[in-house]
Amino acid sequence: MKFGIIQFPGSNCDQDAYHVLANVFGQPTRYIWHKDATLGDVDCVVIPGGFSYGDYLRTGAIARFSPAMKAVTAHAQAGGLVIGICNGFQILCEAHLLPGALVRNKNLKFICDWVQLRVETTESPFTNACRPGQILRLPIAHGEGCYFAEPAVIKQLNRENRVLVRYVRNPNGSVDNIAGICNEGRNVFGLMPHPERASEAILGSEDGRRIFESILWTGAAVVR
Amino acid sequence: MKAKIIVMPKKTVLDPQGKTVKHALESIGFKGIKDVRIGKFIEVELAGRNKAALQQKLDDACHRLLSNPVIEDYEFTIK
Repeated sequence: MKFGIIQFPGSNCDQDAYHVLANVFGQPTRYIWHKDATLGDVDCVVIPGGFSYGDYLRTGAIARFSPAMKAVTAHAQAGGLVIGICNGFQILCEAHLLPGALVRNKNLKFICDWVQLRVETTESPFTNACRPGQILRLPIAHGEGCYFAEPAVIKQLNRENRVLVRYVRNPNGSVDNIAGICNEGRNVFGLMPHPERASEAILGSEDGRRIFESILWTGAAVVR
Repeated sequence: MKAKIIVMPKKTVLDPQGKTVKHALESIGFKGIKDVRIGKFIEVELAGRNKAALQQKLDDACHRLLSNPVIEDYEFTIK
């Protein structure tokens, strides 16, 4: 499966994502510069964590208008897989590929910690290698990770089974303990925790592998 | 012409910054503060004199970039 990792000025988890996909999973992986208007033959786009454009104005607000994001939007609308991690989740919300927004953590602190996530549904290309209700231990590192959406949107997300992962203990004030959601087509996923920082035992957890394995399973199923 | 834009968090969105500043004001002796909310103030210098056209352009800019309608409200004046 071919992966493309978008690089913005200020991205800082791009190399972590590259390492996991290329070296741990042995997948053809390349970087896509934010000024590139095409994605090439990429199957799955990764929007990595970081502080794109210095988080100026709002997190993800400037990145959203980059040429690469226009290509990502077209890729998503054609059913292509997109995963946004941390700043990537914030960018996907700003780009309206996912509903809602990420605002300042309730305690106003930048939180760098390990959290437990509950897999709420395995019916998605990003969680299908998990067990329903499986607990994943992943790190978070964010100042603006508090998920917000109007009650009607939250209701819709719950009704359509689009909350893929929830915090076991809410670290940041997110509505309904939401840690990650997908779009209506279930091909775009955003989450605040970092699976790419927890895919090797030496880093303290391999639970992040379940997310990438799910994507690879999905890719294999499509090829078949 | 110069536009002055105020972007504020929606009433339905938590504003922990405002809450913290409210407590800080109280702790230095300011009494009777009902609420504090913190937003952004943006100045934009505009070329052109057609106020109606500028107003429309700026409204679009506020809606698409300068604010996020999911979490923020905005208002502006042009002089």
